Amino acid sequence: MNIDRSQLYQVFFEEAAEHLANMERLLLALDVEAPALEDLNAIFRAAHSIKGGSGIFDFTDMIEVTHILETLLDRVRKGELALVPEMVDAFLAAGDVLKAQLAHHQGGEAVDEAQVRDICERLTRLSNSGTQTASQPVRYWVECSLAPEIAADATSVGHLLDALADLASCEIEQRPSADQPRLALWATTAHGEAALREALSFYALPEDILVRAGGPETAYGLFAEQDPQAAQTDEPGYGLFEQAPTVPTSAGGNEAAGYGFFDDMPGVPAAQGQIPAVTEGDGFGFFADAPGVPPAAPTLTEAATQRAAPQVPSPSHGRRASDDPSVGTVRTGRRETDKVAFSATAEVSSIRVSVEKVDQLINLVGELVITQAMLAQSASHLDPVAAERLLAGIDLLARNTRDLQESVMSIRMLPMSMIFSRFPRVVRDLAGKLGKQVELKTIGEATELDKGLIEKLTDPITHLVRNSLDHGIETPEKRVAAGKSPKGTLTLKAAHQGGNIVIEVMDDGAGLDRDKILAKARERGLAVHEGMSDQEVWQLIYAPGFSTADKVTDVSGRGVGMDVVKKNIEGLGGRVEIESSPGFGTRTIITLPLTLAILDGMSVGVGGETYIVPLSLVVESLQPRPEDIKTIAGEGRVVVIRGEYLPLIPLAEVFNLTGAVRDPARGILMVIEAEGRRAALFVDELLGQHQVVIKSLESNYRKVEGVSGATIMGDGRVALILDIAAVTRMGLNINRNTYGRQAA
Amino acid sequence: MEQTLEVQAPVGSGEYLTYTLGQEEYGIDILKVQEIRGWERPTRIAQAPPFLLGVINLRGVIVPIVDMRIKFNLGEPSYDQFTVVIILNIGRRVVGMVVDGVSDVIQLGSDNLRPPPEFSSTLDTRYILGLGTVGERMIIVVDIERLMSSQEMALMDAAESLA
Repeated sequence: MNIDRSQLYQVFFEEAAEHLANMERLLLALDVEAPALEDLNAIFRAAHSIKGGSGIFDFTDMIEVTHILETLLDRVRKGELALVPEMVDAFLAAGDVLKAQLAHHQGGEAVDEAQVRDICERLTRLSNSGTQTASQPVRYWVECSLAPEIAADATSVGHLLDALADLASCEIEQRPSADQPRLALWATTAHGEAALREALSFYALPEDILVRAGGPETAYGLFAEQDPQAAQTDEPGYGLFEQAPTVPTSAGGNEAAGYGFFDDMPGVPAAQGQIPAVTEGDGFGFFADAPGVPPAAPTLTEAATQRAAPQVPSPSHGRRASDDPSVGTVRTGRRETDKVAFSATAEVSSIRVSVEKVDQLINLVGELVITQAMLAQSASHLDPVAAERLLAGIDLLARNTRDLQESVMSIRMLPMSMIFSRFPRVVRDLAGKLGKQVELKTIGEATELDKGLIEKLTDPITHLVRNSLDHGIETPEKRVAAGKSPKGTLTLKAAHQGGNIVIEVMDDGAGLDRDKILAKARERGLAVHEGMSDQEVWQLIYAPGFSTADKVTDVSGRGVGMDVVKKNIEGLGGRVEIESSPGFGTRTIITLPLTLAILDGMSVGVGGETYIVPLSLVVESLQPRPEDIKTIAGEGRVVVIRGEYLPLIPLAEVFNLTGAVRDPARGILMVIEAEGRRAALFVDELLGQHQVVIKSLESNYRKVEGVSGATIMGDGRVALILDIAAVTRMGLNINRNTYGRQAA
Repeated sequence: MEQTLEVQAPVGSGEYLTYTLGQEEYGIDILKVQEIRGWERPTRIAQAPPFLLGVINLRGVIVPIVDMRIKFNLGEPSYDQFTVVIILNIGRRVVGMVVDGVSDVIQLGSDNLRPPPEFSSTLDTRYILGLGTVGERMIIVVDIERLMSSQEMALMDAAESLA
């Protein structure tokens, strides 16, 4: 076999991740009071597909978890158990465990075993608790081999059967005798599996007892869907079962053959199948043949029963129904329907392409654009009359290239819902932990953004959301006291605005506390005064380590966060603003350029070289008077601008350029702000303002300190884009060491 | 089968592009050469070693340019319309190399390729695949991929360098 397994793994990982995400989304949207059957089925299918895939690749840990998850889900969707919020929590937690396991198989960290065990227990408990409290009787397949001396004693057997009859209504399939010590029967009881086991425990070893909820489950499911009333009263069910004994009364040899048949059927108790997974496993082997067909095995049985019911006069349960040849066709029919429905919804509308291929395409188009520009330039001096057709063609080429470039760039664009979709979960978990009631609203999920930006935005937005939940939105009591609805609202909004994308995180909480921030800032020795504008005060919360939280929680309050948010966003060429109003809430606005590929820059000339300074970091540019330049011992040269002393950073010296202007009063000072510090960058001249396409230096060379990338100027020459934060750091040292010492 | 091919490939017969640096003639695997260009002034890069002249724009790609004459102290570096830049494809990178001149493309079989001597004046023997002879000419066949990705050339971040 020449199948590339790693590729198959990759497909499985991607699909499993998708199924998990889908499952989580559905779970969060689920209305606990009245869950839609469709949703429950979809959740079940997702869990089941993961299990099927894990089976193919032998990820036993995942099979184990999904199996238990599936069991509970199956009971819920069949209406045997009522959905309770606890279950949703458990399902979500199970999803997390599966995600961790998936990451582990992809080469990530090992999963915490205790966590896995914990979730398995939680799910099993939920699933069993339902069994015991369920008012509906459940039909069990009971089988055990008795000790020969007990089996030989007719009185003991009688006692045993009496004890069982007290518990449940029994249909005995095989009565133990001296030469056949095996007991097999169907027991229908509301007391649960444990009670049956207990009754048997006097007569047989626990490991010899098999008690399993079997065929009747499907029968009940069938009734519940067709006629809810029938399911309430057990009579119709019994009526059916009572017709059953015709087959079981047959001889022992026949029985054995019968069991052989049952073994192949998923969901039907197997003679030797102590562990349900064994029989289920067979079923998966079968379904694994048909990739892309994920319908649940039990669903098939159920479907078979449903369809077969009218045709087969006495269907006691699934196995009998599938005995009928007509069922075979029903099954295939169902499978094909599923396949069609599945592909119609998901597969046809998109294809999976690696990002590399897309980037290659973008690069090629980039080259095409440059070639087109070159052609247009060389054609510009042609005689418009003589070369009319050529010029028209070049015009057309220009338009087509532009359209092509736009479409290709749009491939990399992803909707904001990629980020927003994770927050319902975050908000739900956090609100629960903090004892707050929060409603999450998202606006503009369809707004598209470059993939690279999407990936880098997730963390900052998560920080903001956590902050809003922890500090912004108050507890229900406080909210009611303030005359607001007990449920807080958190709004995430994304929109295009010119060449930018604007993302807002908005809450209707308490707002920022101006006095508290000022007090805290003073405590930390920051330069503050009462006359500061609100905007300036809000900027204080970006200071590293700044937190107004009274106590540190595991959600926030450690003071790392806002400074990271600001740094990340500025790293992407964007900016963060805060608007806040006491008692009405806080709004954080992130403004970002649409793509990472284009930057607004100011070109500056130093010693004959051209550099680009990102415009977003430039505060102002000015020509200083000689008397504004001062030297401070140990600090180097500073410039006084409206009473503020800014360190002078000589760009020519940072980059060892000769032939640059040496006297600051003859050059230009550019006030820049990076990492919260201001400095004056000393350059020879300002050349102009451009939109530049960012090219990587690292793809063919290496990282250069002080340079964040390169770009191609209008004349075809390369200009380097400055990494202002790094240049400032380097320049401060030079300034200190060269000029600070001279003064001393 | 594949194994033997791999072992033979570097020293086996193939086509080599020869160029001159001062009085010496060098050869490099023609398959590593992307194109040959005339001189254009590169954009300088701060704090780069002297032989790294800077970067140029090659149809939208930023390509670093190294001057082998400065690197190996051969020939007098002069830049005019006769200066030649060989654009190389090294792994997934593109690098430009300034040489004194490009001579021709030659065929070298394994029989006229001799192992390098133990001593070498300018170039470390690690980067020499062998000495080829074509008539009266002696050609130093260079493992350009290894040379360009060495730490000595400082073209890549330390982690990526091969030697």
